[in-house]
Amino acid sequence: MYDQSQGVNYLNCSRGFWSWFGTLDHKRLGLMYMWSVMGAMLIGGVFAMVMRLELFAPGQQFVDAEAFNQLFTLHGAIMVFLVIIPGVPAALGNFALPLMLGAKDVAFPKLNRLSYHLWVVGALFFVGVLLTTGLDTGWTFYAPYSTLHSQTAVVWATFGAFFLGFSSIFTGINFIATIHKMRPPGMTWFKLPLFCWGLYATAIMQILATPVLGITLLLVGVERMLGVGIFNPALGGDPVLFQHLFWFYSHPAVYIMVLPPLGIISELIATYSRKHIFGYRFIAMSSVAIALVGFIVWGHHMFVSGQSALTSIVFSAITFFVAIPSAIKVFNWVATLYKGSIVMKAPMIYALSVIWLFGIGGMTGLWLTTLQQDIHLHDTYFVVAHFHYVLVSGAVFSMFAAAYYWLPKWSGVMPNKLLGELHFWSSLISVNLLFFPMHFVGLAGMPRRYADYALQFADYNFWISIGGFWFGLSQLLFLAVCVLCAMKKGEKAPARSWEGAEGLEWEVPSPAPFHTYDTPPVVK
Amino acid sequence: MTLLLPLLAALQSQPGQEGGFWFPVQASNHAPFYDWVFFFILIVSAVFLLAITVSAIWFLFKYHRSRAPEPEPSTSHSTTIEIVWSVIPAFLLAYMFWLGFVGFMDHRTPPADAYEIYATGRKWSWSFTYPNGAESEELHVPLDRPVKIIMGSQDVIHSLFIPAFRVKQDVVPGRYTDLWFTATMEGEFELYCAEYCGKDHSSMQSTVFVQPEGQFNAWAEEAADFISKLPPAEAGARVFKMKGCIACHSTDGSVITGPSFKGQFGTERKLADGSTVVMDENYIRKSILEPNSQVVAGFDPVMTNFQGQVTDDQIRVLIEYIKSVKE
Repeated sequence: MYDQSQGVNYLNCSRGFWSWFGTLDHKRLGLMYMWSVMGAMLIGGVFAMVMRLELFAPGQQFVDAEAFNQLFTLHGAIMVFLVIIPGVPAALGNFALPLMLGAKDVAFPKLNRLSYHLWVVGALFFVGVLLTTGLDTGWTFYAPYSTLHSQTAVVWATFGAFFLGFSSIFTGINFIATIHKMRPPGMTWFKLPLFCWGLYATAIMQILATPVLGITLLLVGVERMLGVGIFNPALGGDPVLFQHLFWFYSHPAVYIMVLPPLGIISELIATYSRKHIFGYRFIAMSSVAIALVGFIVWGHHMFVSGQSALTSIVFSAITFFVAIPSAIKVFNWVATLYKGSIVMKAPMIYALSVIWLFGIGGMTGLWLTTLQQDIHLHDTYFVVAHFHYVLVSGAVFSMFAAAYYWLPKWSGVMPNKLLGELHFWSSLISVNLLFFPMHFVGLAGMPRRYADYALQFADYNFWISIGGFWFGLSQLLFLAVCVLCAMKKGEKAPARSWEGAEGLEWEVPSPAPFHTYDTPPVVK
Repeated sequence: MTLLLPLLAALQSQPGQEGGFWFPVQASNHAPFYDWVFFFILIVSAVFLLAITVSAIWFLFKYHRSRAPEPEPSTSHSTTIEIVWSVIPAFLLAYMFWLGFVGFMDHRTPPADAYEIYATGRKWSWSFTYPNGAESEELHVPLDRPVKIIMGSQDVIHSLFIPAFRVKQDVVPGRYTDLWFTATMEGEFELYCAEYCGKDHSSMQSTVFVQPEGQFNAWAEEAADFISKLPPAEAGARVFKMKGCIACHSTDGSVITGPSFKGQFGTERKLADGSTVVMDENYIRKSILEPNSQVVAGFDPVMTNFQGQVTDDQIRVLIEYIKSVKE
């Protein structure tokens, strides 16, 4: 079926800048997303390490308060808008989704290319921000600070985020259409791979929530440039309104970031246990449940914002409902291991660590949604610990797991085993050294976004910084693994690169040919 | 539950003023129940995390390829199990919600007879106003008496946070918010701004002084009429600190966010639009009440508007103080 005799594949079928930048091929777009996102991650990571350098010891040593505020703002904005939101759906999803469905491509290849180009435009706006006055509003753009007081390039940043929002919406539209219309004969909804369920749930949120972010950021621009009173009370506006609008997007955005990664974990644990996933339907439906309930919990970011007590109570109660589908996933993963035949390859050890790390991130969420507990913990390092456990050791570790899993399909060679395991252990230890003490320093009362801190927080911050540098440097190992694969240094990968891997993506050679699945396969 | 209670009590015991491993010292009425709920959730979470970790590690050991070359046949679905492990946690979650609700309602319901203090947040300092007209940049409260803090902001959103009291509430421009507590321990406690508010957010800190009622009253009396008792420049120095001018204007020549006042009175200042103005009494008054109308060249128009926030007396002594800051 596939002529690999000349060694022609999607990587070398054509050459030149435009054959890549102008491509309609989902695999090339996925790969370009991957490198772009890794570039953005490098910048966001360097910002975080400079912050940790400043927080290494109390007092001001390396950067002043103004620079520090820029660092945490850009770290957050880059990591959220340029890395994690596009990272899993756009980068991994683009490559894997059509292959997993046995489809030729996504439903709308030109729209897909536009998504990537809009990502590039959005990224250029952020480069513009960096080259001009920077940005000091926090990634949350809270009004009236952002609309009246900040002297930085707020409008540039909001436009950047606006373009990135459309990039994300278009990817969502594409994936929904692809999953609805391009499943092969025999692949019913409940035979859909769980990663695809995660992408589907995420796509719903991308389409419904992201426009609200776009509108909100435009309103910030309107108030800032034209002086129309929307959020600023001096002009008759309401600053709390901004928070409602902002979190209406940004809370679902958290699930945009974590649902596809959790889908990956479900795939991997089943594969490397050589078993069918336990509780398939419950896991699939838990993703949809989280996506739907995720829309009506945004007010839990605002328990001390001045919103009414009744509103807070309702949001707290609804938020507790998210804990149940999240717990269902974790329990089913553990149950899948039972009576399996488990192999500990690099993707699997990452997946297993996510069960535990995501568990911690989820459980710290229990305190934060318990109304009274949130009063003390809100806006302290406890919150920083919570969302980094979910997003770094949850989502980013899942991305690592997925990368090791699919690297053979992308590159044609197996990822380096030694470097991969070294990367895992080094990242696992350092990520805990980095984020675990943040719980304690938060309980002790250290607020987040502080350029300097009182002496009693010094010991914790010392170790957090050590963990930070260590974790940051560990990622060079990942870069090395990727570069080795890109250079074809390593063991040649067969079509089915991992024993027990059953998805349709493993039916095609590695690296994938340019044209895959001219005729859809039949799923039994 | 009977097993949990002694464990909770053990976790909660704290060595004196220092605070324990987990929390700062318990210095308000809210703290004991707050900490109890924290440890309750901690124990529930720890039990679940331990159960997940131990069973995962056990399965990894027992069903590793070296011991289990082939997967054994086993069911891949059980609605009963799914319902069991959804419903049991649901009861625990409902109880957590209930605890949080009860504690929250207590935090949000100040007693009717609470002593009321107005707080103002502004970039980057706090100001507290007491019923007798006294004002301070630090928070003074009487021991063992309910205190309600009614808060407003002059510019952006701030958040008043006292870790030892387990209280926090955003301070929002254009509306009042409030919080309450009864301080149960004499001493000094840290007060932070917890909502990012711009450049010097991390230095927007203050102190809470808890004193027995007699000492507190004596302090409040003295603080209420220092302007009439002290020489104007000395009173002005106190207002300069109290109103937070000190956060942006130095008196030693160093430039912070705004110009320094050292030796500036009577000199000619160059404005952003190229014109010049002499720094006299009227210029100072105008700069306090309409701060961004005549900004000195080289500075951003970011000063908070103090219209309605300072009295004529306070402006008078401030002017005297600025005059007194010479070489």
